[in-house]
Amino acid sequence: MDDLLVEFLTETGESLDQLDMELVKLEQDPNDPGLLGNIFRLVHTIKGTCGFLGLPRLESVAHAGENILGKFRDGEITVNEDGVTLILECLDQIKELLAILEDTEAEPEGNDAELIKRLNAFADSGGTSMSDAESAAPEPEPEPEPEPAPAANEPDEFGFVPVPADQTGVDVAPEPAAEEDEHGFVPVPAGQTGQEAEAVAPEPAPPPEPAPAAAEKKPAAKTPAKRAGGDGDKQGAKDGGVANQTIRVHVGLLEDLMTSVSELVLSRNQLLQMVRHMEDSEFAAPLQRLNHITTELQESVMKTRMQPIGNAWAKLPRIVRDLALELDKKIELKMVGADTELDRQVLELIKDPLTHMVRNSADHGLESPADRVAAGKPETGVVTLRAFHEGGQIIIQIKDDGNGVSVERVRAKVLENGLATESQLDTMSDDQIQQYIFNAGLSTATAVTNVSGRGVGMDVVRTNIEKIGGTVEMKSIEGTGSTFTIKIPLTLAIVQALIVEVGGERFAMPQISVIELVRASPRSEHRIEKVNETPVLRLRDRLLPLITLSAALNLDDGKPIDADSELFIIVVNVGAQRFGVIVDRVFDTEEIVVKPTSPILRNITLFSGNTILGDGSVVMILDPNGLSGLVGDMQMGEDADTDGKQLQKDVAGEDVAVSMLLFEAAGDEPKAVPLSLISRLEEVDLAKVESSSGLSVIQYRGELMPLVLVDGSNPYGGSGIKPVLVFADEQHKMGLVVDQINDIVEEVLNIEYATDKTPGFIGGALLDGRTHTVLDIAHFLNLAYGDWYGAHATASESATKPSPRVLLVDDSQFFRNLVQPLLRIEGYDVEVAENVSEALARRDRGQEFDLIISDIEMPGADGFEFARECRGRGPWQRTPMIALSAYATPENFDMGRSVGFDDFVAKFDRDTLMSAISKTIASKEEVAA
Amino acid sequence: MNDVQTLEKTPSSSNDLHELDADQVASSDFVTMAVAGQKVGLPILSVQDIFQPDAITNIPLARPEVAGSLNLRGRIVTAIDMRVRLGLEPLDSDQKPMSVVVEYEGELYSLIFDTVGDVMSLPDDWIERNPSTLDPVWRAVSVGIYRLDAELLAVLDVGRILDFGD
Repeated sequence: MDDLLVEFLTETGESLDQLDMELVKLEQDPNDPGLLGNIFRLVHTIKGTCGFLGLPRLESVAHAGENILGKFRDGEITVNEDGVTLILECLDQIKELLAILEDTEAEPEGNDAELIKRLNAFADSGGTSMSDAESAAPEPEPEPEPEPAPAANEPDEFGFVPVPADQTGVDVAPEPAAEEDEHGFVPVPAGQTGQEAEAVAPEPAPPPEPAPAAAEKKPAAKTPAKRAGGDGDKQGAKDGGVANQTIRVHVGLLEDLMTSVSELVLSRNQLLQMVRHMEDSEFAAPLQRLNHITTELQESVMKTRMQPIGNAWAKLPRIVRDLALELDKKIELKMVGADTELDRQVLELIKDPLTHMVRNSADHGLESPADRVAAGKPETGVVTLRAFHEGGQIIIQIKDDGNGVSVERVRAKVLENGLATESQLDTMSDDQIQQYIFNAGLSTATAVTNVSGRGVGMDVVRTNIEKIGGTVEMKSIEGTGSTFTIKIPLTLAIVQALIVEVGGERFAMPQISVIELVRASPRSEHRIEKVNETPVLRLRDRLLPLITLSAALNLDDGKPIDADSELFIIVVNVGAQRFGVIVDRVFDTEEIVVKPTSPILRNITLFSGNTILGDGSVVMILDPNGLSGLVGDMQMGEDADTDGKQLQKDVAGEDVAVSMLLFEAAGDEPKAVPLSLISRLEEVDLAKVESSSGLSVIQYRGELMPLVLVDGSNPYGGSGIKPVLVFADEQHKMGLVVDQINDIVEEVLNIEYATDKTPGFIGGALLDGRTHTVLDIAHFLNLAYGDWYGAHATASESATKPSPRVLLVDDSQFFRNLVQPLLRIEGYDVEVAENVSEALARRDRGQEFDLIISDIEMPGADGFEFARECRGRGPWQRTPMIALSAYATPENFDMGRSVGFDDFVAKFDRDTLMSAISKTIASKEEVAA
Repeated sequence: MNDVQTLEKTPSSSNDLHELDADQVASSDFVTMAVAGQKVGLPILSVQDIFQPDAITNIPLARPEVAGSLNLRGRIVTAIDMRVRLGLEPLDSDQKPMSVVVEYEGELYSLIFDTVGDVMSLPDDWIERNPSTLDPVWRAVSVGIYRLDAELLAVLDVGRILDFGD
């Protein structure tokens, strides 16, 4: 039976019971407007629902009844016994129709014209006469007969009124029948589960359409027989009544029940553990029984909260159909495992993400029919929804056989949005890059449709799924399609957890985020290595960032982990992040009941809750999401989220915090460089350094990389292993050899004093509580590639194209020093101006530039004013301009566009800036050509 | 398993107690505890349970006052070390403290005291306001002082104990 129909029957059954009672009350107290309003509302609802479900016969009967009630309510007709009797009659007819509907899933044939006529006549006549029924009879009797009282329960009197024979059948008979239906039976036949299963059968056809069609045809043969069969038959039919098989229970009660059962499960586990240690215990047998019963009870209680996932899918066929029309695609939606059950709480929470993902697959994933044919695929694209249980989790897959996700496009988008740097992306597998589609602001749909492509959604999907302790990932093969796999816990109350020990304390790690366990020791295949005291794990050719749980929880005595000892590493996956958590010991997995922590502990983000283990002890549950935050802080690995956060912080204004790498080199004065300039940290054996035309070089990734020391000298001839900061752009790499890397800090950078004398140093700044010398990387690039500038210049000249001239306007000396060398390396001829008036002075002197890059926030006239001035008049009206701002907000962006900037780039976003510059200059050249 | 001590009202068992004439003034019942020699009391209706905790799970990263969490018949209770809360030295490790379970805003908390004493019924007019010279930490958690014959009893307020001022 259709889900909707079941619901309708249950609800209407309840309404009718209520109506019976209310009507009797009304008869006693005809002037209670509240009562009348309530009755009217109930009948109106029934009518409305019938109309919605396409049940015309029921609708017309209810309508006629509602008609009278409306007049009662409006005071056009006074409430009297006749009226109430008529309404009751009308309700009885509805009940009868419902009984047949429940039995046959369709309205019976025939009509209720006679009853409706009487109802209408009553309504029209102003309620004075009940004998309107006679008007159906040949003779119109003028006699009003004020109190004929043909109440259904007084058949004797009824006999006096000339009523057509079959009407009595309707009038009188149903009354007791209905009576018995309501009270006589408590039918809980075995059919229930069957019926339910049927209700969720995997063909969630759009309900409104098939329902009326079936209503017309199916029961045609059956119905008359039923009616002829009379009451007995009817009662029999009602035996399996849906309305009486379900009861409504408050969710709160189920929750309480669930909690109690959870406690019972825990106590059971505790007992089992105790008895396990005893041999030949007399408790063994009863405990075994208790065990079974508890498990059964747990399952049943869980079942009360379970709903088939098909409920969440019901709307999808319609959505997909509409989408197909809208997008002009041919889409087939396959649904497998619609009867897979999961907790209703979880179900509610995944409904929206699922819908979004299906839309996404249909819109982004599937190609147009023409493209599909061209690619040798069938014209009709298939989106497959699959749900199944696996390892105590529900797995939902959304698979399309479309075009897949282009790694290149995601890559480009990631770079464009500054979610990761090129070098970070280089270290990632295609798989990892694809996971970026779950980041905010990333949509690879080239065109924004009203379906998807706005870059919102997938991040929301991920957030929602992670909120319920689930994970979502995507596997995509370009050209053949994508598969999204959502893993969610069966229920939110009980989860599988891995029990680990660290610092003598036990903790629970939710199993759902655990990928694998690795035992690391110096002798085993996996060992922990250190990059400047930061441990990493080499796992199948990848470096895995590691978190030492004891340190994260302040349980170590400040001593670093001993990489030579045997350690356990839990490999954890959170979103696109994968990292290892070092623990001392690993116990087995246990089913735990998640309990929220006390309010005074909620500020600790590393715990998602606490629980009681089988032995009765309390343990804290680790929150993988909280742990992943630590990985971000460590600035390691392919961590996009922190980069995003970094950008956010940068938006904080002039006093922006910059990530600085602190190190020691050439003396004990600590040095610093902006981390954003460094593409890699390496260690180099100085014995392997070779010398080439006066330059120290080392073989690095199959190329030669020049190495320089901070004091400008050549490291050639040295020995020992030293850390090297690698600076790289697309074609060139340079290594700066340092003595020791100390730390990475994120602080507001204020150059306290400038050093003009020493080449290679910008000035001193207070970082991490100490004065650090900030290096001018441009100087070292010059040292390493001194000849390259020349070569580049020659190349440019041979192409008879002078290097593009760029004017950089920025009030901060630091950023001028930062950006200028970068631009130079790219082959631009850079001039700088400290403020707008200085820049305009250059214009007035007649200088011409191919591009102007301007900061927005500057003392005096700001970048917007500068742009307005340039665009307003003078020779720079057409010069391309790029805005550079720490405030990369959409408002600023729009503002920038409106005043005449060609592009808008967030500060510190080197890659985007470079691509924006070359694009802008290229487009200008195009225009010129 | 935890030793659960039953609460019995023993109004005249204590030496500290004056003979009361019930007609004269209304009185209130308090569970008394001691922490570092100071007698303190909590209104009896706010106390749910008293037992000797045997296993307190340490909670890393929690504020210092949090002694850990413990299992009270299937409910997880956060334990507050009253000595830390009151800025006192920790208890000698050979002494076993007592846990007094209170409910506050729907959550259970266990307040860890050195010892638990009797239940006392004290006339309401014996209470005096905190002396202004009282240590600020004590003043923050105490709602008043009862003058007993031999000593003073500070009446604590659960809400104030759990308000760490941040």
